[in-house]
Amino acid sequence: MNGVHDLGGMHGFGPVKIEEKEPTFHSEWEGIVFALCHAKPAWLYNTDEFRHCIENMNPADYLAARYYERWLFTAEYYLLKKGVITRKEYDARTRLFKRNPRVTLPRVYDSKRVMEALRLIHEGSSTRREVPRESKFKVGDRVLARNINPIGHTRLPQYVRGKSGTIVRVHGIFVLPDTNAHDKGENPEHVYSVRFDSKDIWGQSAEDNETLHVDLWESYLQKP
Amino acid sequence: MKTKISVNQTDNPHSHEESDLVARTRALESLLLEKRLVSTDAIEKLIASYENDIGPMLGAKVVARAWIDQEFKKRLLKNATAACRELGIGGMEGENMVVVENTPTVHNVVICTLCSCYPWPVLGLPPNWYKSPQYRSKMVIQPRKALSEDFHLEIGSEKEIKVWDSSAEIRYLVLPERPERTEHMTEAQLTSIVTRESMIGVGQLNYKKKIRNGKRKR
Repeated sequence: MNGVHDLGGMHGFGPVKIEEKEPTFHSEWEGIVFALCHAKPAWLYNTDEFRHCIENMNPADYLAARYYERWLFTAEYYLLKKGVITRKEYDARTRLFKRNPRVTLPRVYDSKRVMEALRLIHEGSSTRREVPRESKFKVGDRVLARNINPIGHTRLPQYVRGKSGTIVRVHGIFVLPDTNAHDKGENPEHVYSVRFDSKDIWGQSAEDNETLHVDLWESYLQKP
Repeated sequence: MKTKISVNQTDNPHSHEESDLVARTRALESLLLEKRLVSTDAIEKLIASYENDIGPMLGAKVVARAWIDQEFKKRLLKNATAACRELGIGGMEGENMVVVENTPTVHNVVICTLCSCYPWPVLGLPPNWYKSPQYRSKMVIQPRKALSEDFHLEIGSEKEIKVWDSSAEIRYLVLPERPERTEHMTEAQLTSIVTRESMIGVGQLNYKKKIRNGKRKR
């Protein structure tokens, strides 16, 4: 979707604000939201659904939100949507903690869940798929990023659509976000690192001697 | 394509008050704990791992090893995920890593314009500036200017800037150039001069800074 999240090349946001000695989490709730989003059951949402939900935030909210607030929004969305919690119990519970922040939480111990968390942290969960399939393009091929504007999820940034580049690396086969975010299957495809000359993207506004490398799925590309 | 999530955009704006965010988070956490869908100890383990154990010190180990061991460096540039595993480094958001090498003619910088993709196993969780609209918008259109103005890193126009937009599931780490006259340094000393910013491509090593400061003092 052509959302507010697709920020490459936009103007007017001002200087990058760098915080000295920045902590991993700025408040306790940020760490908890981070942890909940990884400790949650796998069926609640996949990475592509997670990203697409954030992209669908009200654009003004997206920009105003703290980073982990976007995660909180997404966790809420799927927990409510899948009926894990009801709006009524969630609102009542939120009011309770708002009125009385000192209410203590239950403590639940489960070594199996700790092992699952450790496995996720140290092994991860790759979306690479071993499918015996030839890649359509090879290193050195010129390609055109298709000018598509899907209303659903895509990882084809607007700034490269309709632009030509060169394949510099064939990464392997990965789950296609465009369908995986919409319950339409993994449809794994080859992913390529495509090099674009900055001048071909930004015209005369480009600085000299710069290239942009964008990782694109095969169906985002065509022969020029 | 029919999108399933469209209702959110018509919602009333949410409160961004800290006290509301705390209450919402605690409400979710308490409900999930009661329903036994998460556990306190798993939550604590996830938080502690990224607060204490996983951070740029791991990426620095990878860089220092590549500087002293040419064979390791070759393997790292060919398959970063496998090479990092040799050092016991790897995991979530780093299942498919690529290392890009700075040289006298090339400077690399890493970004995620669409969200916040970042190589967690070697750098930990990303700082706020990396995830900010400021960084994500400008680093693809005028990186040389942004590096100079926002990060005080001057890259001459004779050097190619390669920007890597982490738009898929590949996570990038920059291998900075080893400074001259560091032959006497041990691997541990080399590790200590590698900064997080140098591995994203927006900052220098701690080494040059030390020399410069030293000269200024004298």
